[in-house]
Amino acid sequence: MFDETIRNMLIDGTWATLYMTLVSSLFGYVVGLPLGIILAITDKEGIKPNAVIYKILDFVVNLTRSIPFLILLIMVMPLTKAIVGQSYGSTATIVPLTIAAAPFIGRMVESSLKEVDKGVIEAAQSMGAGTFTIIYKVLLGEARTSLLVGVTIAVGTILGYSAMSGVVGGGGLGDIAVRYGYYRYETDIMFVTIIILVVLVQILQGIGMMLSKKLDRRRA
Amino acid sequence: MEPIIRVENISKTFQANNGQVEAVKNISFSIEKGDIFGIIGLSGAGKSTLVRCLNLLEKQSEGNIYIDGKNLMKLSSKELRKQRQDIGMIFQHFNLLMQRNVVDNICFPLEIAGVGRKQAKKRALELLETVGLTEKARAYPAQLSGGQKQRVAIARVLANNPKILLCDEATSALDPQTTKSILNLLKEINQKYGITIVVITHEMAVVREICSKVAVLDHGRLVEEGTVEALFGAPKTEEAKQLILNTYA
Ligand SMILES: Nc1ncnc2c1ncn2[C@@H]1O[C@H](COP(=O)(O)OP(=O)(O)O)[C@@H](O)[C@H]1O
Ligand SMILES: [Mg+2]
Repeated sequence: MFDETIRNMLIDGTWATLYMTLVSSLFGYVVGLPLGIILAITDKEGIKPNAVIYKILDFVVNLTRSIPFLILLIMVMPLTKAIVGQSYGSTATIVPLTIAAAPFIGRMVESSLKEVDKGVIEAAQSMGAGTFTIIYKVLLGEARTSLLVGVTIAVGTILGYSAMSGVVGGGGLGDIAVRYGYYRYETDIMFVTIIILVVLVQILQGIGMMLSKKLDRRRA
Repeated sequence: MEPIIRVENISKTFQANNGQVEAVKNISFSIEKGDIFGIIGLSGAGKSTLVRCLNLLEKQSEGNIYIDGKNLMKLSSKELRKQRQDIGMIFQHFNLLMQRNVVDNICFPLEIAGVGRKQAKKRALELLETVGLTEKARAYPAQLSGGQKQRVAIARVLANNPKILLCDEATSALDPQTTKSILNLLKEINQKYGITIVVITHEMAVVREICSKVAVLDHGRLVEEGTVEALFGAPKTEEAKQLILNTYA
């Protein structure tokens, strides 16, 4: 259907998209998981209530989440340049993607952990479990399927964001779609990138949902 | 002899949205080692609050609690965690880890106590035999009946050889038949291991079935205390009379 160069470009674009998405998701969780844990335990109903810490983090998360991704992308360009050395291309896009993903991941982790039955936490406390044990063995252990669903949603969302970064030369499939579909009116190429994006999201969702189902023991 | 549990003038006030709730009002009593002690009262009387103070899941607003002569308020948080391993607790809704199978649920308190994996597993299997659930070792809580879940919870609570067992409405979610079998198991545990048991319930029948002594709670106050025969035979206070009458009416 397309010539060799275009095909190679699409394949490279797919890899670039996957690279940005997965690395940003990973960094997003490196920041977002602890963030979500702290939000969950410092909440009024949490195991270590701390109104000051909760309110500060809550505010920062809300603030970051209310900035549209495209604007955030442009806003953090100086930072991106300082870290990566350039502000375009897939590696550079990891910086704004991580910044956008972390608070949103933190929120999802928080809500997953808050679903854990208070009674089970109390049982652990009555056995003499300390805060760290409760976080690790009760909160994360009991919420694992919900956390995995969260990972699936996070990766899907970050993939979408990564495509959006194509508008400012972010690399990957989004970049191709913008360059060919928008600037050159080669809509067939744009159409193929969309199909690849849809397929990627479906595959990632499929894997995530399957894993979380497989790991769930709450049903008989 | 020093009683195993001594409660001295404890009160607990909650700050609720619509003002303060005095859940427990200036309560004192003692429980002797090896007793099965009942605390009865209507829903909202303050039973759960009182029993949660006994392992400091709830911190009383006033008063002192002594376990084996040790003042709970004087313990550091590390000492408190250690102390809690001597005070087991079982609950109305069992509170098992839903993502762990039966054996791993029983291993949980042993993990907290720092027991090695292999030894913990061995102990868990022994305990499963004690509660008569050996064949369910690999099952998950979702696959068990209420009575079986409570048996797992009892095995779990016995893992660290507690001196005291607190039961908060432990049979209230079970049918009468299952209730009976769980109560028998508790009696057995009390006799075999000499564990002091505190039974919180709103069901008079439970108290009659297994308790030797009983305290009646009403609106946060301890209104009457004595042997089960004395209380059911000749209740002294109006509240106790009402409670007994209402449940049998
Ligand atoms: N965490 C809490 N915050 C505010 N009020 C509470 C809290 N826990 C219990 N209470 C109140 O304290 C009273 C006693 O409750 P509880 O000890 O659970 O009674 P029981 O176990 O006898 O049913 C009730 O009025 C209840 O609403
Ligand atoms: Mg209660």
